[in-house]
Formats: sequence, structure tokens, C-alpha cells
Amino acid sequence: MSGDRFVSRVPARPWSSAETSEGSQELIPRSAGSATLEHSVGSVLRLPEGALDSGQIDVERDDETMIINMGPQHPSTHGVLRLMLELEGETVLRTKPVVGYLHTGMEKTAEELTYVQGATNVTRMDYLSPLHNELVFSLATEALVGVEMPKRAVWIRMLMCELNRVSSHLMWMATNGMDLGSTSMMIYGFRERELVLEFFEKTTGLRMNHNYIRPGGVAADLPDGWEDDVEIICDTVIERTYEYDELLTGQPIFRERTEAVGNITAETAVALSATGPILRSTGVPWDLRRSMPYLAYDQVEFDVIVGTYGDNFDRYSIRLNEIRESIRIIRQVLEKMPLGDYRVQDRKVTPPPRRRIDESMEALIHHFKIFTEGFRVPEGEVYVAVESPRGELGCYLVSDGTAKPYRMHIRGPSFVNLQTLPVMLRGGMIADAVAVISSVDPVMGEVDR
Amino acid sequence: MTLAAGDDSGALTTPRPDGDAVVFASRDDYHATVSDLRANGFEMCADLCAVDFLSHPGRRVPDGIAPERFEVVVNLLSLSLKRRIRVRVQVPESDPSVDTLFDLYPGTEAMEREAYDMHGIVFTDHPDLTRILMPEDWEGHPLRKDYGVGRVPVQFKDAPGPR
Repeated sequence: MSGDRFVSRVPARPWSSAETSEGSQELIPRSAGSATLEHSVGSVLRLPEGALDSGQIDVERDDETMIINMGPQHPSTHGVLRLMLELEGETVLRTKPVVGYLHTGMEKTAEELTYVQGATNVTRMDYLSPLHNELVFSLATEALVGVEMPKRAVWIRMLMCELNRVSSHLMWMATNGMDLGSTSMMIYGFRERELVLEFFEKTTGLRMNHNYIRPGGVAADLPDGWEDDVEIICDTVIERTYEYDELLTGQPIFRERTEAVGNITAETAVALSATGPILRSTGVPWDLRRSMPYLAYDQVEFDVIVGTYGDNFDRYSIRLNEIRESIRIIRQVLEKMPLGDYRVQDRKVTPPPRRRIDESMEALIHHFKIFTEGFRVPEGEVYVAVESPRGELGCYLVSDGTAKPYRMHIRGPSFVNLQTLPVMLRGGMIADAVAVISSVDPVMGEVDR
Repeated sequence: MTLAAGDDSGALTTPRPDGDAVVFASRDDYHATVSDLRANGFEMCADLCAVDFLSHPGRRVPDGIAPERFEVVVNLLSLSLKRRIRVRVQVPESDPSVDTLFDLYPGTEAMEREAYDMHGIVFTDHPDLTRILMPEDWEGHPLRKDYGVGRVPVQFKDAPGPR
């Protein structure tokens, strides 16, 4: 690793050593700088499932070590994530995440759908931030086609994506609270998320899987009076985040359960390709909105929230503060929202307005062509990445010059971030496993695609 | 940084409209090229995927590169330089294998397993090359172009259609 920016930070907090009468169940701090050891940790427990009980697993077998299976039906694994945990007493040694229970072959499906239909497909991947999926697919398509978006479309996209980040983080706050036993937080999180979803429903017609951001712009202009709705969302959510502060941030039990739990160093996070709140919690200020700006993120002011220790608490506070930063961006979008078209006025890419179809034969033909054949995209390939609530959401798109993608690959942040689980769980208590899984914020729809 | 990888034999760079540089590496140079790039500041492997070019043989590749059926595409990211670079390797159908990047970027572990699962590309020396998304006993590699798309036949009146 080059540069001094990724110097590992040894947690300054005292390790909560849980000495019990059984002696061996203390929380062992991972020695700093043992990155190479940690990397092998995740891979060692990867064996064909049949081989597990045959004694082939490469571990010193004694009576205290056992392998338990968690999921895929466990309520706290956020969907159908399955973990194989190797335990010594109550201390987790090695972990193997087993994924694939929600695999629906969406990348294969994408090859059968036109670019017009594609957004409908990708929006179902990360069901908590559908708009980011649509955004990355649309940006990739637009990069290949080479169209430039009208300003209003860009700003509408930014508004919707930031609202989506708020709703996704609120959902995370809710489920994380539930995993830690704070059921009030769960109810509050869902309550606030509902506000955002109602606005989404008003704008896009659906609460999730919107198909709102499409190649060529957005599906519809913002509804009348959207400023008031967004204003109410901003005011309410900001006010409520301070209530969360009171409920969780300063609460001793919550801090006890999150501080110095699930630590990860910056080197390890970078080596394991972790992005989003996990990487930022280790102190690396990497946010694609700031580092490699897309849309109009270079024209708004916001802070990139970073942590220091790379533990659960840092990831919690990053997400809580990112809600506030998103609101800050949304308020600037409210002020700066330009007037104009909300989609490209290129009839080869965007369908004509409904009323034009009655008047113009050409409009009718364009409409028919776009929805039956789609539009042709020049040959080439492109990789576009955006910052989704979970990290770098990338889309690698290969076109062979037809109206359907030749290959569409989505780089799901949850899929990659899950690899940090074995590192973060190692040496911790089994009771904390649920909290650590939650702090990764995996969305299985995106992991398995 | 100048693109040091361009100096390797068989590797060459082409600028892309999206601003990312692309390095075509031969299979033998693949690991060395990526290792070189890592030493030059590309700390993170953002993405690794495979593409099956079975039904698109006439694609554009630079002179001196023989197109093969499969291509492994690695997207590297430099946090310090704030730029990306893409490494593309041609992988023949007869021997679909390349070196693993696990020793350089442990984060490619799941991505390489996915490429193996979906395209049947074997990553030599990968610590645990097993299926990740499909069931362990699944036959075939779904994202290959000669792997059929599953369809449920729907009949409208008496006309059997593909959908």
C-alpha cells in the first residue's frame, strides 16, 4: 500500500474484555498490522459444503471448536444471507458467507431486454436504493450513446437519488436498531422512510422499483408542489435525526454494543475492495460524489463523513450523518433546480409526449419503434460507477451495436462488502455477529442479482 | 503516472470516451501487468468480470491482439490518483484459465468465483474456486452465450410463442 493515508489506526478505545467464569471468552483484540493473516481468514473456511463434516477442514480440531450455521432463514441476516461460523466457546473464529439464495439471473435477463426495458430490470437489484441502480444503468447507456442530459434532468436525478439515500439509510437505522434490540428505532426508522416513499409514489407512481430514471432523462417531471413536500421531508427528517441521537447515539447500552465491535483497518478494507460506509469508517475519505463527481455533485456543498476506528459505531454515525448531508444537498437542489426539459429531446432515444402521437405520424412511428425495438447503441464498452448508499455501484456495459446490451455486469457494493465480514467477525462474540452483519448493510437482492 | 503497463510486451493502451484507460494484456502478462499497476498506485480492484464474445466475434480490438471467445475485464481504481484503469485479457475457449489476482487484491475472491460460476473461467491458484451464486451441483455456466435462456411457454389461444 503506497502513501501514508492508509496507515492503520490502532483503536484508542479500551477493548471491552468480557472476562467470564469460563475464562476463554474474552474479546481478543486483533493485533494491528496483521493484514496478511486476516486476508487468508476469509478464504480458509471456503470449502465445498459437503466437505465440512468429513473432517477435512484445515483447523486444529478440539472439542471447543464447532461450526454453526446461521441463516438463510435467520431473521437478522437481512434476507437470505447464510453464514457458517466457526466458534470457540462464544468467540467467532472463521466465517464463510454463503450467498446465492436469491440469485435470479438478472445479468442474463438484461441481455434479453432492450435498453429501454433495462431500467425495469436493474431497479429490482438493490431494492432499498432502486433509483441508484437505474441511475448507473442510465449513465452507462448514455455514455455509450453519447447524449448529454438537460440540466433539469440531472438535478431531478440528484434530488431523487439523495432522497433515496435518506430512505435507505433510515431503513438501515431501523433494521440496525432492531438487530440490537431497540424496537423503537425500528418503528421510527420505518415511519420516516414512509415520508420519503410517499413522495416517491407521488412522483414516480411506485414506492419501490420505480423505473423513473431512464436512459435519456427521467420518466416524468416533478409533481406540482414538490418543493413543499421535499421541504417537509427535510425538516422532519433533520429534526428526527436529533431524536435518534438521544435515543441511540448517547445511550450507554448502544455504545457498549457498537464501539470496538467489528473493527476493520483501512488497509484491509482497501485490499478487500470495500467501499461506502465501511471504507469511510476506517478513515479513508472516499466518496465517489466527491472524488469522481458525476451528475452535478461538484456544484453542491456537502461533507464526506469519515470515521476513525472502523467499528460498528463509526459506521452507525457515518450513516446517521450522511442522512444530514443528503438533506443538505437536497436543500441546495431545492434552491438551484433549473427549469427546462426533464428528458433529452432526441426522438430516437425518448418517446414523444402522448399528445404528439395523435397529431403526428412521425411521433407515432418513433413511439412504436422505441417501445418495440428500442434504440440502437453504438458498439463499445463502458464502466460507470456511482456512490450508492452501500458503496460503489458500478455498471460495465458492452454493446455490440444492437438495441440490447451484449453484456451488462453490475458491480454490487453489498456483494463485495460482504467479504469484509469474516475479518470483522473474527475474534468477536457470537452475540455481536448480528450487529456486525447489520453494519455491513447487505441487500441480498443486489448480492445475488 | 505514465501508464507503465503499456511497456509490457503484448500490452497496449487505448484511451476511452469515458476517460478510463484500457490496457490489453496477454494471458502470460496479465498478473505482471496488474501487479505493475498496483505498484503504481492502483490500490483497489473495483470490479472483475468476464464477457463471452461467442456471438460478437467481430468486435474491435487493437492490432496485435487476437480476439478470443472470453475476456476477463478488471477495473482497477486508484484512490490516490482518483482514476480508473481497465485491464482486458483474452481467454481462449479451449483453455479458459487465467491467473488469480487474489494474492494482489484479496477482494477479487468473490468476483473471481462469480466469473467462474457464470462463465466457467478458471482462476489458477484461487484459494477456493467454487460456485458462489448457483447451487454446488449445477451444470453449465449460465452467462455463457450458448447457455439457453430459460423460458416458460405461455400460450395465447393456440399459438405457442417464445414468451
